[in-house]
Amino acid sequence: MSNEIVLETRGLTKHYGGVQALNDANFVLRKGEHVAIMGDNGAGKSTFVRQITGVEQRTSGDVIFDGQPVNFTGPIDAREAGIETVFQTLALADHLDVPDNLFLGREKTKLDWLGPFRLLDYKSMRQDTLDALERTGVKIPNIRNTIERMSGGQRQCVAIARTASFASKLTIMDEPTAALGVQETAQVENIIRTLKEQGEPLILVSHNMRQVMDLVDRIIVFRRGRIVANLRKEETDGQDIVAYITGAKTGAEYEGAA
Amino acid sequence: MADTSQGVGGLTFDKSKRSWPNELNILLALVIIIVVFEAIGQFAPYMNGQSFLFDTKDRFDSIFNEARLQIIILQVAIIGIIALGVTQVIITGGIDLSSGPLVAATAMIAMSFAQVAEVNGFPNPKALFGPWAMDLPVIVPVVIGLAFGACIGIINGTFIAYFRIPPFIATLGMFLFCRGIALWWSGGNPVSFPTDAYAWIGSGMMPVVWFVLLAIIFQLIMSYTVYGKHTYAIGSNEEAARMSGINVKRHKVMVYMIASMLAAFAGIVLSSKAVTAQAGMGEFYELFAIAMAVIGGISLQGGRGSIIGTVLGAMVLGVIRSGFTYIKLDGSYQLMAMGAIIVAAVILDQYRQRNRA
Repeated sequence: MSNEIVLETRGLTKHYGGVQALNDANFVLRKGEHVAIMGDNGAGKSTFVRQITGVEQRTSGDVIFDGQPVNFTGPIDAREAGIETVFQTLALADHLDVPDNLFLGREKTKLDWLGPFRLLDYKSMRQDTLDALERTGVKIPNIRNTIERMSGGQRQCVAIARTASFASKLTIMDEPTAALGVQETAQVENIIRTLKEQGEPLILVSHNMRQVMDLVDRIIVFRRGRIVANLRKEETDGQDIVAYITGAKTGAEYEGAA
Repeated sequence: MADTSQGVGGLTFDKSKRSWPNELNILLALVIIIVVFEAIGQFAPYMNGQSFLFDTKDRFDSIFNEARLQIIILQVAIIGIIALGVTQVIITGGIDLSSGPLVAATAMIAMSFAQVAEVNGFPNPKALFGPWAMDLPVIVPVVIGLAFGACIGIINGTFIAYFRIPPFIATLGMFLFCRGIALWWSGGNPVSFPTDAYAWIGSGMMPVVWFVLLAIIFQLIMSYTVYGKHTYAIGSNEEAARMSGINVKRHKVMVYMIASMLAAFAGIVLSSKAVTAQAGMGEFYELFAIAMAVIGGISLQGGRGSIIGTVLGAMVLGVIRSGFTYIKLDGSYQLMAMGAIIVAAVILDQYRQRNRA
């Protein structure tokens, strides 16, 4: 594994009025690494993700992405820099089909001088969609189907395929299998394994212990807005992690934090 | 390229798998309505075997009763032009109630720059402005009218997108405001006697020509351009559209602007056709335009609907109006029937949507 750092946060802090949702989070993600973020509800996991992806503006601290300090003003900014996010609420347009959704907001076009009325290059977008789905191992019976006619798992796969179909430097998934059945979850997990094989770094927010132990290299535990543990998968187990999540244990380097 | 109809890794985009388009249902409904009128004409004793659609006077040059076909389309063409814009607004999940009064206001404003200086050797009795506004090239009133429409649309869109006023409220306000402008513009007096060029815009079958032309243009725009795709995306899932990097606010302003420009153009065509502009013009047009879109299968929740559907919806209304006259039923029955048909269309559509999923 390369030691090149993809993402680093230093003292990342977010207050909502008087509520300290995230406090002094120091985090490092290296190239090719898959890291899980765990913690109880309200522990600060999603807040952390929202600061990195520019959905919200942090109160203080630094985010260094790809060697550069960054200040994303919105999720679009972050995406343009190479951070692709699968949000908890799927950002898909129900009445559009798979290629439309994959390319939403970054359509391939012809006759660009027509401005807003420039033509969509459907043929090329369909081909790219098929390529992207094949690469990620996503199986969808008919890409011309609209999202509203798909199962929850297929929708999630489309959302993930979207992040994977553009040359991203970092993929973030916020509870990608929370609403899925067993088979659908397995399909999503396979996609994550494919990303791992391809050396794509990933941050996975999840409540699912088995999934986390199966998929990632490292586990970060949040509690009450602070990072309380940074565990290598080989050096921990489910019970251990639960102890950190509930507060029975706190990592040595984080003593006094929470 | 691989044979993709067989699928790549279990994937297909086989065209035959595309769903039965909603528009075919409306076309079917249209045909049924026509058949019903035709049957009444053939079999009802008081009709003396007249035909609704066919030429029964044995004029060998035509099969259809062309005069009736022309009237069917002509009487919905102007409201149809408005409906093309209303369709786009509803697809974004909005609504536009201001189009009827905007038709009147634009008719007044445009007509007052289209007047002739002299009528039969006498000064124009309805002249609103001095000689400087007389006998201007036709482009002047058209551009002024469209620019006025664009301004109204931008105001609508800005209130809705940037100030988060619900579209119903924002355009209801504009509804009253525009009717006010129409009344204030000439102090309630009609504005008449346009130049020949201006009178040509809405003469004869020209309203139908504009309607068909604009319908084709906007069907292509909605299906094949980024503008169309983003319009559907915003109505389908506004949050997703925003997350995907679409400038939702700016796009909404553009949609309302285009809708109001279409309504303004309808005002120009209407005043040209009537050869006069009056403050009371376009009454209920906004509601009939919405009705056309609704019959055409649009969803008021946004994301679903099409220009073709709205054109067919317009045809349904046209056929009903013409058909009721043909079977000699009073206008009051027409309104009752139209009301019933609008509600029936939505009930059928909802039923179909539920069964599809």
